[in-house]
Amino acid sequence: MMGSIQHRSAGVWHRTRSWFWGLLIVIVYVWGIFGINFSKIQSSAGAVTKAVLMGIIHPDWHYVYQGNGEDLVSVMLQTLAIAFVGTIISARISIPFAFWAAKRRRHHFSVLSTSGRIVLAVVRTFPEIVLAIMFIKAVGPGAFAGVLALGVHSVGMLGKLFAESIEAIDAGPGESILSVGGNAVNGLVFATLPQVLPAFASYSLYRFEISVRSATILGMVGAGGVGTPLLFAIQTRSWNRVGIILIGIIITVTIIDYLSGWLRKQLG
Amino acid sequence: MKLPKQTIVQRFHIRFFGSLIILLGLLIASNNFLKLDFSALVQNFDQFLALFKEMMHPDWKSAPFVVQPMLETIQMALIGTTLGTLLAIPAAIVAARNVVTNKWITGFVRIIFNMIRTLPDLLLAALFVAIVGIGPYAGVLTLTIFSFGMITKLFYECIETIDNGPLEAILATGGKRSAMVMFAILPQVSSRFISYILYTFEINVRASTVLGYLGAGGIGQQLQTSLSQFRYDQTAVIILAILIVVLAIDGLSNFARERLQ
Repeated sequence: MMGSIQHRSAGVWHRTRSWFWGLLIVIVYVWGIFGINFSKIQSSAGAVTKAVLMGIIHPDWHYVYQGNGEDLVSVMLQTLAIAFVGTIISARISIPFAFWAAKRRRHHFSVLSTSGRIVLAVVRTFPEIVLAIMFIKAVGPGAFAGVLALGVHSVGMLGKLFAESIEAIDAGPGESILSVGGNAVNGLVFATLPQVLPAFASYSLYRFEISVRSATILGMVGAGGVGTPLLFAIQTRSWNRVGIILIGIIITVTIIDYLSGWLRKQLG
Repeated sequence: MKLPKQTIVQRFHIRFFGSLIILLGLLIASNNFLKLDFSALVQNFDQFLALFKEMMHPDWKSAPFVVQPMLETIQMALIGTTLGTLLAIPAAIVAARNVVTNKWITGFVRIIFNMIRTLPDLLLAALFVAIVGIGPYAGVLTLTIFSFGMITKLFYECIETIDNGPLEAILATGGKRSAMVMFAILPQVSSRFISYILYTFEINVRASTVLGYLGAGGIGQQLQTSLSQFRYDQTAVIILAILIVVLAIDGLSNFARERLQ
């Protein structure tokens, strides 16, 4: 009975709703497909694809280790180190930002936490490579610019995740410390931090996985790591070199993901 | 009364301090390896600030020239996400363990998909620019592969959580595998699939804004030009445009995903 009444009162909108959304999607797609100004695919596309695939099948094994600090092992280690230091820096910066952005009471609007959220969203959206270029202007090209770019950019994501884990903690331990005469610092050290540190560590590891991927491309703008030799190899069309670098990146990222996933499981 | 006892590991927080020491050791090692010079940052910080100050005065006159490439960026993300999804649906079905029971097949295709997922967006863009040439084609191809990797994983994990009853019922009554996919799998996952597609679209819009930096079309091209000409006032306008579009798309997509649930 109730159902049928509701059905009738829903009226025109209810009946035409799916048509409306369908039409909207069709319009968006027509705009997307016909609006885009496709240039011609260059005629050598087939040959280059073949060359790239051949390069991956016959990689330049000599490049793996040459002992001069310019080989694949060295630049891959450099990439990992950039991601690692960048993540540590950003985790450290993220903690105060997270306390800023975390809501004290659920479902309450607060100017403080909303402003923190907006700042973190802006940091998250600011393109990483632009940050890298800005830091290159300040400290010169190289690994340091990459570290700083990752350190600042990751705050946007880590700050948000940290803030969410602060909001999710159990208020009980903190209240009991206050009720037996502890001060706010005691509450932070003995109630809040022990509850959030495992989550912070887990999110930092997760961010490290993402930062490793980012660090592989930061080199394309000159911020250190494997991106520089990769872009150089692509531009000089040395596909065997491109092949071995791609293999190196795939193996490294896979190992890091696996290790980090295992560690995150240990953290619970 | 018997008090609970702490083990030595718990008493002295061995796990915590142990991990702290390992972390510090790794940090020092990486520092030495990269030869980081933090004093350089302090010395040159005024240059960074000067650059930032220039960005604080955006060149509003260049704003109209940002609109068309920005739209192209969204179009690239739209087409890339769609093509990636179309490829991902069959791929996810092959990789789902409750649909394809042969562990060798699922294991093999998952290794391939994992490998695709390790490649960052700009790296793919550099490759596709070398293959098809400068322009939005390279961007669309990049985003297709990029979203394929992401969506496939989300999809097969989603398919594995569904109720197997309808699948078995269709097979038991003599239905074909294609009927099973159409009438047992897709109806159970479609709303979550749409949510994942929207989520991937958000990520693709973010990614597509910088692809042009390497020549793969969209607003990134303008970004690269303004940066190489040291016109940071124009860079600021582009970044603001990226900010507005990304936040708007995120908001819309979040709204749609909440409505779906």
